[in-house]
Amino acid sequence: MNFLLINFFLISLLLVTTFFIFKTTSLISIVALTGAFTLLCSAIYVNLDAVDVAFTEAAVGSGISTILMVMAAAKLPEGKKNKLINLFPSIILAVAISLILIIIIANLPLLGDPNAPIHLHVVPEYLKESKDFFHIPNVVTNILASYRGFDTLGETIVIFTAGLGVIALLTSNTLNRKTNFKKNKKNER
Amino acid sequence: MRDKISSSPVLSVVSKILFAPIIIFGLYVQFHGDYGPGGGFQAGVIVAAAFILYSMIFGLSKGETLVPIMINRYLMCIGVLLYAGVGIVSIFLDGMYLDYNVLSSNPSTGQHIGIILVELGVGITVATVMIALYHSFASFGEINE
Repeated sequence: MNFLLINFFLISLLLVTTFFIFKTTSLISIVALTGAFTLLCSAIYVNLDAVDVAFTEAAVGSGISTILMVMAAAKLPEGKKNKLINLFPSIILAVAISLILIIIIANLPLLGDPNAPIHLHVVPEYLKESKDFFHIPNVVTNILASYRGFDTLGETIVIFTAGLGVIALLTSNTLNRKTNFKKNKKNER
Repeated sequence: MRDKISSSPVLSVVSKILFAPIIIFGLYVQFHGDYGPGGGFQAGVIVAAAFILYSMIFGLSKGETLVPIMINRYLMCIGVLLYAGVGIVSIFLDGMYLDYNVLSSNPSTGQHIGIILVELGVGITVATVMIALYHSFASFGEINE
């Protein structure tokens, strides 16, 4: 019962936050509200006993990505407010997507159902053998680093590639930047 | 932008106080990931947050003195290479790629060593990539200004 109450409370807060994200026009407040949104999501994950996911969501979603969005918003020219020109297509799109999601939710297995497909495939094996074999209590770490080592290698390379891409796009002349900066200053003088 | 240093003494004092505990918490999450929630990804982000806080408060120049750009880029590569290197080492020890059992005489200890090294690689890469992202965003377009 407690679980349901907390979940209900968190999800209604989520709805309120979404409403204000929709209503606000200032970029910085949208970024801040999105940070609050992901923080609420991580609280919901804690409530669902998915602590590792919650931790990642809190660190990445509401921490780093909010900072990066603030930096990006600070680089944009101020004072421009985009008017919403024609709301009709976006309303239709939003309603259609919500309908699809509701239909999908109706077909999902119940929360915590032991006979759900995800709990019957390889998970019982992992849960049974990993503690005796690895002597590591956190099964998530076992699965992430050992059973699914290739996947994690792929994820690391994805992050590395994303970093490379941003560096190549945004700081094409990082090595010469300081000298250029000084040169420009000299020219100005 | 580059040398815009926050004028508020509260911010600079608080960030100076918080810098070390944030990094220690990141290391705790990194190496305690076997026993509690956490691991390389989260730890990398937390450590990066400490450095980003420092650059935000004291200006980008000081942040780049703390973490020089080239060292940051080398560390980015070293993280991925550490992860892939564990796999290569396990091939040389007559195992499969990323098979940690062969890293030690006892398979269980081998798994421990492998998981810690791999998570360390992930942590280094994530932390340095986040710092690089912040520095790229913060320094973008400053020559043209």
